[in-house]
Amino acid sequence: MAMLVRHPAFLGSCAVHRGGSLKRLAAAVATISIAGCAPAPPPVTIEVPPGLECASGTIKAAGSTAQANAITDWIVVYQTGCPDATIDYQAVGSGAGVEQFVAGQTSFAGTDSAADDEERAAAQDRCDGGAAINIPLVGGGIGVVYNLDGVEELTLDPPTVARIFANDITRWNDQAIVRLNPNVLLPDAAIAQFHRSDASGTTANFTGYLAEAAPDAWPYEPGKEWIAPGGQGAKGSDQVIASVDVTPNSIGYVDLSYVDVAVNARGALLDTGAGPVAPTPANASAMIAAAEVTGQDGNTELAFDYANPPAGAYPIVLVTYELVCSSGLADSFNPELVASFLTYAASDAGQATLAAGGYAPITGELLQRIREVISGMTP
Amino acid sequence: MTAVLSGRAVRPGDRIFSGLSLAAGVLVLVVMAAIAVFLVWKAIPSLTTDSANFFTEQQWLPDRDPPVFGIAVLAFGTVMTSLIAMGIAVPVGYGVALFIAFYGHRRVSTVLGFTVDLLAAVPSIIFGLWGLYYFMPRVVPFAEWLSTYLGWIPLFRNDLEIYTKSILMAGIVLAIMVLPTVSAISREVFLQVPRTQTEAALALGATRWEMIRMSVIPFSRPGMVSAAMLGLGRALGETIAVALLLSAIFEINWAITEPGGNTFAANIALKWGEAADNGRSALIAAGLVLFLITLAVNMIARWIIARHEEHS
Repeated sequence: MAMLVRHPAFLGSCAVHRGGSLKRLAAAVATISIAGCAPAPPPVTIEVPPGLECASGTIKAAGSTAQANAITDWIVVYQTGCPDATIDYQAVGSGAGVEQFVAGQTSFAGTDSAADDEERAAAQDRCDGGAAINIPLVGGGIGVVYNLDGVEELTLDPPTVARIFANDITRWNDQAIVRLNPNVLLPDAAIAQFHRSDASGTTANFTGYLAEAAPDAWPYEPGKEWIAPGGQGAKGSDQVIASVDVTPNSIGYVDLSYVDVAVNARGALLDTGAGPVAPTPANASAMIAAAEVTGQDGNTELAFDYANPPAGAYPIVLVTYELVCSSGLADSFNPELVASFLTYAASDAGQATLAAGGYAPITGELLQRIREVISGMTP
Repeated sequence: MTAVLSGRAVRPGDRIFSGLSLAAGVLVLVVMAAIAVFLVWKAIPSLTTDSANFFTEQQWLPDRDPPVFGIAVLAFGTVMTSLIAMGIAVPVGYGVALFIAFYGHRRVSTVLGFTVDLLAAVPSIIFGLWGLYYFMPRVVPFAEWLSTYLGWIPLFRNDLEIYTKSILMAGIVLAIMVLPTVSAISREVFLQVPRTQTEAALALGATRWEMIRMSVIPFSRPGMVSAAMLGLGRALGETIAVALLLSAIFEINWAITEPGGNTFAANIALKWGEAADNGRSALIAAGLVLFLITLAVNMIARWIIARHEEHS
């Protein structure tokens, strides 16, 4: 299946306007235009899945930045297949996204963690006769990335990861790391640890994992804010990976989709007792498929048994949700288009699109269950 | 006024103009008052829920149950980065201004003045990214040197052997950012010094430095103070560059070469997107404190200027 990489827009015009008297300005414009006129990248084929059921009109949605790339990819495919539909997703952050949905500005919200009972109750007014429900649609993994010159493969276990990020292990040649990597020459150097300086769902899921998988080594309460001592903060996964990439002897945690963009940073393998597991979308998918569904009446929230992951599954995962109305969304917010778009997102084609972007597709029984919830959505 | 002085009838043009200026003046006050009212109104809900002391608590967890948050780290980081920035930018800024006004060849001065002004036009995100990826790695040896040879001073101690994303780094980049403000304003002030005074000093046999000390600086002191204070205002409120450069760690750490630090403005930028209701209210409360600090700084500056005017 042909996969889209990124929307090939913004190529713009390459024309150079040569002003008569403004020679210097024209020269400057020419320089910029040359830079902008590099050979066009090969055209990206957007494959519209057969049987895509279209709705028309316009909807606005807003929320989580973590799922922004996934939703953008879906929008490109959906709008190519359904030219009468326009979907606008603003990556304003989960909190702001939920707030805008509650305030009646958008048709659905994207959120990093399932909207809690309080938020759902607040959103109830949007759903006349229905309920505000969470639907998990974008799965992902969180990779522990390191930058060690000459170390191609590094294995860590949950307590070691927790102790490194809790500033308890501060040097690379610590016995705990050496024991897990008997064949690797680890430098006698301080560990430069990077974490998120902004509040984020990635941090919430990462610390949630550590608290449950390594409770003895991670005494901190999980949450969107980093509260462990030590380390250096960086804003967003993009700057965490960039920092790890340029800092020798460093370690950090990022959404899986960022692992591949690095040059010097690599994803560490995680050994949860059944041998080292690589941080790949497929391995993260195996963990997501084993999730337990909590929540009733269509509200599909997921819970993970972090302490006992299935063999071969990469256990540090995060799942982001869409907060929608099960029914009763006002006509002016186009519930048909919401349902149609979500149906595509939960389809095999929609989920397969995710893997190419470094996300972890939702699979199996869980995906079936999500489809049932979406098909039950009535205007 | 004119009418009273000249004794003539008030002309409509005068009345319209005075009305417009009055309206503009009042508008500024109204906007200031509106900002203050908005900040207080939005900040109160979170302040009543805070289970810690808002002024001494170091953590910032307003969305947890119970909410725990305080501005101690933010105030510390804001003051420290601004102090470092002012410590560097004020002397250098005055020096650049003096050079442009009195020492430099005319053409060199013009080019230099233009360049410094241009520095003020660089967006702060550019300073942030440049500082993070270009400047910081190259200043690490300096921080290392500081902690190796001056490590006996607690301020420069570094037990972590990691020198990036520290209060010192952010302070140095901030210094570069406020430099144009300080130097452009003090340059203008220096150029206002009456020619007769400087030339009289020179005619009496003063060297150029004596001339500056005896005639330029006394005359310009209020302006130099305002230049520094405007620079300080920018340093206190600088947001995105600092958000990129600091580690945003919620712990007061006097070792300024170690990773750490956070400021009011940076914290708002980093936390706003994912903050829930109480979190936003708490961030606005932090904004209110910054507003009051900036207000206090400006009032002190006014007071210093006024005092000098009385003396001269």
